[in-house]
Amino acid sequence: MSISVRGIAKNFGRFQALKNVDLEIPAGQLVALLGPSGSGKTTLLRIIAGLEFADSGAVEFGGKDMTGRSARERHVGFVFQHYALFRHMTVFENIAFGLRVRARPFRPSKEQIRAKVHELLGLIQLQNQAGRYPSQLSGGQRQRVALARALAVEPSVLLLDEPFGALDAKVRQELRRWLRHLHDEVHITSVFVTHDQEEALELADLVAVMNEGRIKQVGSPDEVYNRPASSFVYNFLGNVNLFHGRVQEGKTYIHDQGTGQAIFVRPHLLEITRQPNGGNHFRAVTKHINAAGPLVKVEALTDWGAIVRVELSQAQFRALQLAKDEVVFITPREAAVFDKDLRRNS
Amino acid sequence: MPWASKAPGATTPATSEPAFVRWLLIGTALLFLAIFLFLPLGVVFSTALGDGVRMYLQTFHDPDTIAAIRLTLLAAGFAVPLNMVFGIAAAWAIGKFDFAGKSLLITLIDLPFSVSPVVSGLIYVLLFGLQGLLGPWLIAHNIRIIFAVPGIVLATIFVTFPFVARELLPMVQGQGNDEEEAALTLGASGWQTFFRVTLPNVKWALIYGVILCNARAMGEFGAVSVVSGHIRGLTDTMPLHIEVLYNDYQFVPAFAVASLLALLALLTLVVKGAVEWKSQEPGSRVASEREMDT
Repeated sequence: MSISVRGIAKNFGRFQALKNVDLEIPAGQLVALLGPSGSGKTTLLRIIAGLEFADSGAVEFGGKDMTGRSARERHVGFVFQHYALFRHMTVFENIAFGLRVRARPFRPSKEQIRAKVHELLGLIQLQNQAGRYPSQLSGGQRQRVALARALAVEPSVLLLDEPFGALDAKVRQELRRWLRHLHDEVHITSVFVTHDQEEALELADLVAVMNEGRIKQVGSPDEVYNRPASSFVYNFLGNVNLFHGRVQEGKTYIHDQGTGQAIFVRPHLLEITRQPNGGNHFRAVTKHINAAGPLVKVEALTDWGAIVRVELSQAQFRALQLAKDEVVFITPREAAVFDKDLRRNS
Repeated sequence: MPWASKAPGATTPATSEPAFVRWLLIGTALLFLAIFLFLPLGVVFSTALGDGVRMYLQTFHDPDTIAAIRLTLLAAGFAVPLNMVFGIAAAWAIGKFDFAGKSLLITLIDLPFSVSPVVSGLIYVLLFGLQGLLGPWLIAHNIRIIFAVPGIVLATIFVTFPFVARELLPMVQGQGNDEEEAALTLGASGWQTFFRVTLPNVKWALIYGVILCNARAMGEFGAVSVVSGHIRGLTDTMPLHIEVLYNDYQFVPAFAVASLLALLALLTLVVKGAVEWKSQEPGSRVASEREMDT
C-alpha cells in the first residue's frame, strides 16, 4: 500500500521537529528515512504509524486519509528500536499477541494462530525458541521476534525505527541482508529510520535524506549518492574534504582556504603522487597513515594548514611506499560544487 | 605487576576485613536481632501459651475477640481492594502521562506516611465528629461515622493509602511506554493493553504492595484508636482489643490475640519472600531487567 505524507508539521514545545514535510512512498518499496539525530526522522515515522499526531498536514495510506486515525486503526506493523517485546510472554505468545487481541468475529482459531506463528517462526529461523522469554534471547533474535510479531497481523505497511541500531556490527550486517531478502519475498511497503548512510544505501529502494525537520532529497541510493542535491546530502552520505577554489574545463583548481567557491571531494577521489603532475595539484605533508582495512587512509597537512583525508587502495599504497612526514602532491579527480554554496561563499 | 606479590593474602578481595572484625559485626547484628526481634516474638508466643493450649484456644471463643477479628478483616477487606485500585490508577497516571500537578500528586500520596497516625485519626474526628465540620448534618441524617465501623474503615484506608502506589510507581516509570505502544499498533484496545501488557508487567510489585498494605491495615493502631471509641465487641479491632485485654490484666488472652497478629506478620514475610523468589524467574521483571542492563 502506498503512503503519502503531505505538509506535515510538528512542534514539541518550541522545538520544530518537522517543517512542512511531503513524501510519497510507492507501494511495495523499501524506503529509508536517513538523517542525523534530531532531524525529525523518527517523529515522521511515528506520525505515519499514528503513535504521534502532526500539528498540521495529512497522512494517506493507499489514497485513504489516515490523519485522524489511531495507531490501532491504521493497521501498521511497527518495529521499535529497543524491540519492545512483551517481557512476560514467550516468543510464541509475543508473535500471537496481535491475532489474539482481535475482536471475536475476526479472531483466527487456536489452530490457525498456532500455524501462523509457526510459519513466522520458520521465517525468522527461531523454530526452537518458541517457549523462550525475550530476556533469554540475543539482541538479533529479539529484533527478529519483534519483526515476526509485527508481520503476524499482516499489516498494510511495515515501519521500523532504527531496527539495527542496538546491535553489534556483525549481527547488523546479517540482519540487514536478511531483511532485504524478506522484503523481496513479502513485498510489503516498508519504511525504516536510520542514521547510518551505509545501511540506507545498501538496503533501501528509495532514500529520503532528512535534516533539521525537512526532507532534503528523495531518490534511489544511486541518485542521492552520485547526484546529491545539496552540500548537506553530499556531506552526510560519505566522508568529504572541503576545499575552496575554482572549476575550469572539468578540472578542479584548489587555492588557499577561504577564497573562491566551496568544492567537495571524497577521500577516494583524491590522487596522491610523489611528483607534481599537471596544473591542478597541491602540495601537502603526510601526517598520519592507517593501513588497516581494505583502503589505506592517509591524513595530510596542506600548505594553508588544513587536514586533507585521502583514501587509496593497498596496491597503490604499496607502489608509492608512503611514510609519515613526506611531501606529496594531491590531485582531485572529481569534485562536487553546489550552486547554493557558491552564492553563500562569493 | 611487581607489587602484586607483596600484597598479603592475594586471594582475599581488597575490601575484605580481618576475621575478628567480620565476626564482631555479624555478632552485633545477630545480638541486635535477637534482643529486638526474636525475644519479643518468643515472649508473645510463650505468654500466649503459658496456661496451656486449651486456655489459648479459649480466647478465640470469646465473642468480643471474635468481633475484633471480624472488624479487622472487614477494615482490611475494604482498605486493600480500594487502595489497590487507587494505587494502580495513580501509578498509571503518574508513570505514563504528563500533566500539571503531577509532583503535587506524588507528594500527596506520601502524606499518610509523613503524618502521625494519631493526627490522621483526629482529621476524621474533626471532620465527622459531633463537634466536627459535617457532624451536625450527619446526626440530622442519623449517619454515624466516628465511634463506629465506617470511621475505622476510613482511617484504615487513609493510613494504608500509599503502599500499592509507592510499590508500583518506580516500576511503571522505569518501563516506559514502548510495550504499550507496541500493543496498540498490534490492534489491542486500551483495556486489552492494560490487562495483557501493563498489569502483568507490574504483577509482582502489585502483589508485594498488596501484602504490605494488608499487613498495615490489620496492624494499624494509632489512627483507628482515635476514631474507634473502644466499644467492646463493636468498634475494637484486633490491635485495640489487645490493648483493652492487657489493661484488664488478662495477659493470656491479650497475648493470644497478639500471637495471631504476629502469625500474620510471619505469614506476610513468607509470602513476601516467595514473591521475591518467584519474581526472579525468567519472564518476570527482575530477570528481564537484569538482562536488559547487559
